[in-house]
Amino acid sequence: MPIYFPREIIHAANGLAVGILGAGDRKRIIKGDAFYQSYICRIPRGIIELALDKHFNGFDGFVFPSICDVMRNLSGMFQLLNIGTFDNYLDYPQNFDPNIGGEYYRNELKNILANIKKINNVDVTTENLNHSIKLYNKNRNLITSIYNIRQIYPWRLSAEELYYIVRAGMVMPVEEHNEILESIYRQLQLETGEPMDKIRVIVSGSFCEQPPVSLIKTIELAGCYVVDDDFLLGSRWIEGDIEEDTDDPIGAIVNAFLTKSTFSSSVYDIKNPKEDRLIDLYKKRKADGIIFAAPSFCDPALLDRPALQNACEKNNIRFISFEYAENTGQFKNIKEQVGAFSDSIKLWGEELIEK
Amino acid sequence: MVEKEQSMIIQKEMIANLFKELSTAKETGKKVVYTFVPGNLSELILAFDMLPVYPEINALQSGMRKKSGSFIKEAEKFGHSEDVCTYVKCDIGMMLKGNIGPTGEKIPPPDLLLLSYTGCFTFMKWFESLEDLYPGVEIAMLHTPYQKDGVITKEMTEYMVKQLKQEVIPKMEKVSGKKYDETKLKKILENSVKTEDLIVKIFDTPKTIPSPIDAYFAGVYYIGPINIGFRGTEEAVEYYAELYKEINKRAELGLGPITPEGEIKEEQYRLVVEGPPNWTSFREFWKLFYDLGAVIVASSYTKVGGVYDMGFRHNPDRPLESLSEYCMNCYTNLNFPQRIELLEKCITDYHADGFLINSIKSCNSFSAGQLLMMRKLEEKLEVPVGFIESDLVDPRYFSYANIKNRLESFFQMLEQRKIINAN
Repeated sequence: MPIYFPREIIHAANGLAVGILGAGDRKRIIKGDAFYQSYICRIPRGIIELALDKHFNGFDGFVFPSICDVMRNLSGMFQLLNIGTFDNYLDYPQNFDPNIGGEYYRNELKNILANIKKINNVDVTTENLNHSIKLYNKNRNLITSIYNIRQIYPWRLSAEELYYIVRAGMVMPVEEHNEILESIYRQLQLETGEPMDKIRVIVSGSFCEQPPVSLIKTIELAGCYVVDDDFLLGSRWIEGDIEEDTDDPIGAIVNAFLTKSTFSSSVYDIKNPKEDRLIDLYKKRKADGIIFAAPSFCDPALLDRPALQNACEKNNIRFISFEYAENTGQFKNIKEQVGAFSDSIKLWGEELIEK
Repeated sequence: MVEKEQSMIIQKEMIANLFKELSTAKETGKKVVYTFVPGNLSELILAFDMLPVYPEINALQSGMRKKSGSFIKEAEKFGHSEDVCTYVKCDIGMMLKGNIGPTGEKIPPPDLLLLSYTGCFTFMKWFESLEDLYPGVEIAMLHTPYQKDGVITKEMTEYMVKQLKQEVIPKMEKVSGKKYDETKLKKILENSVKTEDLIVKIFDTPKTIPSPIDAYFAGVYYIGPINIGFRGTEEAVEYYAELYKEINKRAELGLGPITPEGEIKEEQYRLVVEGPPNWTSFREFWKLFYDLGAVIVASSYTKVGGVYDMGFRHNPDRPLESLSEYCMNCYTNLNFPQRIELLEKCITDYHADGFLINSIKSCNSFSAGQLLMMRKLEEKLEVPVGFIESDLVDPRYFSYANIKNRLESFFQMLEQRKIINAN
């Protein structure tokens, strides 16, 4: 489940970690709606629908990383419905002291490994885990490099294509995904396509329930290059490498979470506010504006919005905001809103900000 | 007009005094701590002679006094979405409009934001927002692990105790200018145990038929002192002793619960309710029940500030460990199977005729999953179940006609069940 999970430990335990991100816009939700009131976001009802329709029958266990109360309660619903051999709520520490939150997180990971061992009787060795860390470091490095190239030459690969490429990594072995990423990285060195007169935007707020791909496409069609985003954020959660050749690989994973995590509404961040980090990202990506796109009824993303928007105002950064659901099917309004946003920046740019 | 009982007068005075103390905190030099009800560290706050402010209590009071609507709109103008928790918006709106509290007195800004984050993720976002609005304020975070497997492990307690020792207490020492005094804390905790024993006895009384109290609509008043900073005080012990005496007397006389329009003469239906009440139309909401003789004999909402009826007590011999265990034991920090088990026990032990959920738009912690909870209880106990929807403090989401309609159908179902059972 979203947002982040250290897939290295599953890989080292001879398992395959599969990202479950909701039912998207292609599956009709019938049973799921009988489990959730209208004022709860779409993602859990899609996940329940998939489970009840037996799409998860091949899975052994489920991990529910702590994001919000809805995802937390979903773990209990899986327990009640006896879905999977284990249903593990992963309560990430909100304390980032290695001796306090670090110790706690280490124990959480050990519990998950113990659950996996009950299924396949595999003991995770230091060597195996170091090897898995290496593979995922490579995976993150390649994704980051592709994002970096794209922010210079966004016409070489659309945001929609990039989304598919990263999302593929959620459902295949990391070795195979790395090969795909390497091939794309090589292709991106070549000039293809032509730059268009579009503004450069960052999309923020879509870290859990994913937007329909057509929405991402709509943003780019309406005159924007998406130069960074928080879609599928788990793939890029750790910024940089996790220590690879260590006697304590679990400790390395813990340490990376405590010190190298990206910013997100699911993490307590008083000491390193997400608004500052978003502004830094905006500058790093040389963006022209920010699009706040959050799922309806998403408390974490929507409660953060005033602070993030205020930071934009203080820094003279142009932004727009809207809400979506994973099954949103109408994009006309969004296209018009984004189009007007793009036009206003293209037509008036700095002039408007100075005034 | 219902004559006020002594306990009501005592409670009113206690709360009025607290708000009075808060309004003069700057003059008296007392430090002000903003914190939350679930997982509240009242005893620690008392040990440092600080004054607590509970933003969600201010919000519900604003709701009852019909002020929340304008506060919510103010927060929405500030950029908050219509979709998010209305306690948060009400609190932020109140702050933006001058922070005049429910009693009409100004609530002082916080010296410390004590985020004892138990059973509700939104609490964390709420305090991040407050930190933005009170830049530079000291903030202490206590992360309470969720009881995901229905148990409190040694590691979970250790994690919390370490946070208390290394983060929370040092921050409280810094803000209050006082050293942590464990002997004083232990003394306070002794009073907590007495208070907890009494509140368990009070909420046990509806097991008698007819119930002498309504454990939901009146229950929310009964849990006031224990939840808003008085747990651990002599005053709280006296208040609960008085309340218990009054309730016992009612039980001995075979009297029903007191409502705003007098006593319920004939108990028709005994219900267990899950979820918080609606505050903006609290009286109208309650009236829908007592007009038809429906009495709530147990509710999950009265356990948000602590689940004491399953045996938990603060322990003066293990002060920090028991504060930690208290936080982890609050109702919304229990996992779903535990919540269902607790409700099942209530339905059975309190001889309930039906189970009702008041599902709150604002509160995902309570609401997400309630429909499955309802189905599981219905299947297992074959008890009639009902489901209504409202909100905490947003008056736009209280639809009187809809709720009345659904409740009437539910009561008809209960009536039918009674006839079937009688035959």
